Amino acid sequence: MTSLRHILAAQSIFAGLSDAELETLTGCARNVRFARDDYLLREGDEATTFYVLREGRVALETHGAPHGQLLIETIEAGDVLGWSWLFPPYRWHFSGRAMEPVFALALDGACLRGKCEADHDLGYELMRRFASVIIERLQTTRVQLLDLYGAPRAVQGGAR
Amino acid sequence: MSIETLAQTVRDPMIPRPYRIVRTQRELADTVTLKLTPEDGEAVMEFAPGQFNMLYVFGVGEIAISISGDPLNRSTLTHTVRAVGTVSRAIRELAASDTIGVRGPFGAGWPLEAAEGRDVIVVAGGIGLAPLRPAMYRLMAERERYGRVVLLYGARTPRDILFRHEVERWRTQLDLDVLVTVDRADPSWYGSVGVVTRLIPHAPIDPANAVAFLVGPEIMMRLTAAELMTFGLAAENIYLSMERNMKCAVGFCGHCQFGPYFICKDGPVFSLPQVQHLLLQREY
Repeated sequence: MTSLRHILAAQSIFAGLSDAELETLTGCARNVRFARDDYLLREGDEATTFYVLREGRVALETHGAPHGQLLIETIEAGDVLGWSWLFPPYRWHFSGRAMEPVFALALDGACLRGKCEADHDLGYELMRRFASVIIERLQTTRVQLLDLYGAPRAVQGGAR
Repeated sequence: MSIETLAQTVRDPMIPRPYRIVRTQRELADTVTLKLTPEDGEAVMEFAPGQFNMLYVFGVGEIAISISGDPLNRSTLTHTVRAVGTVSRAIRELAASDTIGVRGPFGAGWPLEAAEGRDVIVVAGGIGLAPLRPAMYRLMAERERYGRVVLLYGARTPRDILFRHEVERWRTQLDLDVLVTVDRADPSWYGSVGVVTRLIPHAPIDPANAVAFLVGPEIMMRLTAAELMTFGLAAENIYLSMERNMKCAVGFCGHCQFGPYFICKDGPVFSLPQVQHLLLQREY
């Protein structure tokens, strides 16, 4: 049987961490399952946990009149879901809904924050990795906002 | 061969050949596919996947459009056109039995021979799936020659997925991996939402032994190429199809000059090292 530590080590966000660091993380981790349309996190709720998706897809959403429910992006297998547990006020900014059955690793944010305070090397390493995820999401969101597949402005009304 | 026969065989590349529209198909609100056959009754031109033709709407003008059909289909020639300007809007309004002028095929196509024995990752954005479709047909027709074949496709919304039924059919094939994402969707969509580069880590290929073909807006191709290299592909194994204002299509007029190249005759397909240094240069 594959141990939780091995499962953690196989996730790209944790790749290359030392045995001791993985052991520390394992103490804060558990396997979780969600059915389609279950919410892994809800906008405004306390952000106590983050997820590393092993299987399935999650819709990152927000809602409000007059738009109703708005789908921002999807989080796929191998991706990290949630970083609001890292910073005060520790509240989710968006909701995460399982679009299909989801199998994930859940990591206790408060537990991990405590361990990072006690071990700043681990804290730095995790912060560095999360910063990389956050930057990648920021960059892709910027590209998404460009609406690249819309009609090219330079060509509209031109000869082509 | 007599002089007369030779003259008939070697066509003047500047003279459009009349083709009759056999069928039109509205693909998207602004995009139409035309099936054409030569009015002179001769065979449809041979072409390599990735090549383009100059389509001439008589009395309106001429534009470069990639061939989007099956290279093995010698009965009709297929073009998919997005209406974005005067000529392409006129093409959208054409109907079956109308005549259109065709010059071509022109340019260098996808290096499918160089991809043999390797995994192939095809990345298309928006209308960019059209110039890649002939390559997909060829890859599937000669499936045994390649390793894993993966199509990553990014569209604006679920409604803007080009060749949707065909993409869905490809997705059911057991020897083909097809991943689709859209930039925007409502909650009724259960597929991926996000830019196409985010699909790359999920592509089941060996990046050390893979070749990539990219078509889409230049920003998308630039970012995709960067992500593919992060994923482990070598720059020389990444190919992209460039687009500029093609006019003569045979390298005389210079309208499509791109650095040291004329896209019409040196491209439109280039390897990344050929054009990488040009992709970030501002043009006016």
